[in-house]
Amino acid sequence: MKHIVIIGNGISGITAARHIRKQSSHKITVISSETDYFYSRTALMYIYMGHMKFENTKPYEDWFWKKNKIELLRDHVVSVLPSSKSVALASGQTIRYDILILATGSKSNLFGWPGQELKGVQGLYSYPDLMAMEENTKKVKHAVLVGGGLIGVEMAEMLRSRNIQVTFLVREAEFWNNVLPLQEASLISRHLRKHHVDLKVNTELQKIEGDAEGRVKCIVTSAGETIDCQFVGLTVGVSPNIEFLKGSGIETNRGVLVNEFLETNIADIYAIGDCVERTYTLPGRRNIEQVWYTGRMMGEVVAQTVCGNKTRYEPGPWFNSAKFFDIEYQTYGQVAPTRHPDEEEFYWEHSSGKKAMHLVWNKTSKQFLGINTFGIRLRHECFDAWLRANRNIHFIVDHLEEANFDPEFFARHESEIIQDFYQQFPQYKPRKIVKA
Amino acid sequence: MKAVKLTGLLIFLTGFAIFNSLFFVGDYYLTPETAQRIIANPSREELFNAEAAKLFNTTVESNVTFVKRLTEIFNRINQKQLQHYQITEEDIEAIATQRSTPFSLATVDSVFRDNTPISIFKKKALHDFGGWLEGQSFNASADLKLQLQKVAATIYTYGIINNTGFDRYLRKDLTYALTKASANGPVKNNPDLFLLLTIGLCIAGALLFILPRLSLEPGIKNNGIFFHAMKNTGWLGIVTGSWLILFYILLYFLPQYMTNWISMVDPVSLKLNGYEAGRFFLYGFLYTLCILVMGVRMLIHYRHSKYQILRTLSVMFFQTAFAFLIPEILIRLNQPYFDFKNIWPLDYDFFFDNELDKLIAGGGLGLFMLGWGIALIIIAVPVLVYFFGKRWYCSWVCGCGGLAETLGDPYRQLSDKSLRSWKVERWMIHGVLVFAVVMTAAVLYTYFTKSSWVFFFDSYVLREIYGVFIGAGFAGVVGTGFYPLMGNRVWCRFGCPLAAYLGLIQRFKSRFRITTNGGQCISCGNCSTYCEMGIDVRWYAQRGQNIVRSSCVGCGICSAVCPRGVLNLEVKDEAGRFGKPILIGNNNIKIVE
Repeated sequence: MKHIVIIGNGISGITAARHIRKQSSHKITVISSETDYFYSRTALMYIYMGHMKFENTKPYEDWFWKKNKIELLRDHVVSVLPSSKSVALASGQTIRYDILILATGSKSNLFGWPGQELKGVQGLYSYPDLMAMEENTKKVKHAVLVGGGLIGVEMAEMLRSRNIQVTFLVREAEFWNNVLPLQEASLISRHLRKHHVDLKVNTELQKIEGDAEGRVKCIVTSAGETIDCQFVGLTVGVSPNIEFLKGSGIETNRGVLVNEFLETNIADIYAIGDCVERTYTLPGRRNIEQVWYTGRMMGEVVAQTVCGNKTRYEPGPWFNSAKFFDIEYQTYGQVAPTRHPDEEEFYWEHSSGKKAMHLVWNKTSKQFLGINTFGIRLRHECFDAWLRANRNIHFIVDHLEEANFDPEFFARHESEIIQDFYQQFPQYKPRKIVKA
Repeated sequence: MKAVKLTGLLIFLTGFAIFNSLFFVGDYYLTPETAQRIIANPSREELFNAEAAKLFNTTVESNVTFVKRLTEIFNRINQKQLQHYQITEEDIEAIATQRSTPFSLATVDSVFRDNTPISIFKKKALHDFGGWLEGQSFNASADLKLQLQKVAATIYTYGIINNTGFDRYLRKDLTYALTKASANGPVKNNPDLFLLLTIGLCIAGALLFILPRLSLEPGIKNNGIFFHAMKNTGWLGIVTGSWLILFYILLYFLPQYMTNWISMVDPVSLKLNGYEAGRFFLYGFLYTLCILVMGVRMLIHYRHSKYQILRTLSVMFFQTAFAFLIPEILIRLNQPYFDFKNIWPLDYDFFFDNELDKLIAGGGLGLFMLGWGIALIIIAVPVLVYFFGKRWYCSWVCGCGGLAETLGDPYRQLSDKSLRSWKVERWMIHGVLVFAVVMTAAVLYTYFTKSSWVFFFDSYVLREIYGVFIGAGFAGVVGTGFYPLMGNRVWCRFGCPLAAYLGLIQRFKSRFRITTNGGQCISCGNCSTYCEMGIDVRWYAQRGQNIVRSSCVGCGICSAVCPRGVLNLEVKDEAGRFGKPILIGNNNIKIVE
């Protein structure tokens, strides 16, 4: 029986622990200084908005861990000592391990803006961040958010749920335009404005100014505009939380460097989730991927390896999802914000301006590359299979109906989409009769 | 918008306050004519008149006092009747001295020769209760006396009041009817006005409170639910729950105190069915209005979801037409009262002798109703559950479900999701199903054999226990009163025997399931939080597993609140329904279970 120590009780660490337990009777210790029990980080916004209590965000009841002999330790790891195969804790204790799994997640980026240390300025990643936000937004009338990404829009929704005015500074031409093509970015931007988010595009933060008590009182934008505010949310992405590994001998760059088996340079030390930077490339994927699903997959994979079934981390086709206020978003495969010369695209938008689909394929081979969908739910299973099978765009369009995952009685748009598609690309003859 | 909402709230609270104050309004004045009309039995009337002289033609200030005086009157009458009619020691002595061996009831006839009412009663009672003494041999007269004393005691307890006095059922009915008929005052004189000032204001206020939601963008808006004193079992929730519990206790057990409320709806009842309102007319009327008004809220709240819109319209329709209007119109047409969508064992008295007799006496339509009711149980339930899941009933048709999905919607997040509560749930709901089946079997046995004793119990006692504890206590007092305390489906989840029956079929033989979308679940917990049945939906979703649970009523809210489009209510081929947990993700990973 080995002692497996996992640092971090987020989705990666906990998935690893659960899967190791399923396959072995190793002693498992999960160390976290954030919370006593695993909770869903993605649900933090709902606690602030009053949709859920913290209790509701815990995927497993508290008895689960004891029953499954997964030891949870509330402490902070200050350093890893590979020479003695141990970790040193803030409490002064050291714990020996046979196998160490680093699953320490991320921390919010700060780009050295003047005034970023002021009271009322923060990012949002962890439960303590949420508590800070609760405190920092009391009696706040106006908030400024910096950085047009997913955490930014979450924060906007959170603040709007409490009727706090929100000015949202976005560097790109539209919200999240560095990830979404302009059509979708505009659609979401329109929706944000409908929810009374004051979206300032092509705008960056220059500095934050405080009052005599060290509390934020306004910000100045790159255009020189001064905006009064009592809260600033800095949501310009996250980066791996790996400071404590300095001097441990574990190789890091921006993240902990791992090979395809999620092994670090030191034997018996693995890394998974947000804190990882892959040393090898995977087509169409970045080397640092900080999303829920990759963390979960890495947890599953490392559990296999640790339990003696050495497994390569080979995430299937890319997928992700999000919700922007009322509009749901799913993506399968690759839809880059701008078209590569080899790529062709089809964009359909519903007259309501709240539903859209964007399909991308290779111009010459017709191979389907990816889809963005807004306001229409699609079956992951279908697109995973179709992407793996390198289906062509024809097949996708003709089988779109099969992939619909909307609830019963919802308005269906496939026939309209298919019709539009063949109108726009008459060279692709429809293979089946399209219902008008 | 805020101003409209606030105005609505004030109007609602005004109407609600007037409604509650009616409890204390008015005085009570009983005339002999009223008593005669209501008691409608000459000998009982005589008894009543003799004791009620002081109450007649006097004004009593409050319903509490009036009810108290009636109670005293009935007590005095019963006491008197017991003294009059009890089999005395002398009677027993007389029978014993004339004893014949073996004992013959003819002895009794010879002792009570004179034809006074008392003798006639005693003779009949001894025959009825002491029939088993016929032909028995007794060694000593002391033995016979002992047995006769036992018979006399039984007559004292069960025979005298039932036949010559006012038993508890009659007292309950008469107390209520006399109180209602004696009420005097503004409500009785202006029922329409008061209906407007109470329920009218409540409806107007509620709608004003609800309608401004239309200004919000369509979509899930659960903001602030867990900060709300009403929706997170705060003080407001506790007050509301207590009020509902009190209302149900009055309704089921003490209707004599709610006569003002009932008088208010007399005109409505007269228009619909031609009779004055009873307590259950008031209840049905309020129930339907709650479903309609809160149905409007539901329609606005979920106007982005066509599934929710159709489902809500469906429960609003079935309550209004099937549960409320059609039965009342049937009464007007002199046909049996019948709710065509109520199904045994939820409709637990469907097989009671009085109900069966009523339907059989109802001619062609009555027999059709009987056949329809049985067809619902043995055909509609299994077939429709097979094709659609139990939701076709529980969240589209049922009245209890209808109230839960409309009035109860703001409380759905209060259901307990723990594994422990699931265990309790399974024991309780199936226990009630067994109880309902046994009770009904006993009642039918009695119906066909005319013998109330089944094995070691009395079927009448059994059905009464069921009615009080399950029918009224669980379904009513707890079922609705606990909305703000334990969520809106307490009855459906822990108690409804029909839900248990539908659930068994749904679990084992149905095309219905909730599917999980590949690997898209982020374990956020919205689905579990807003599951009114307390199903930990996330447990399945985050494993990529279908959700097949007997308790799922298919309300579809888990799918609606899911921020990632992960859950979908589907009816598909049975194969693969109990799919293995598969999360789409890394190649070559097989989840070991």
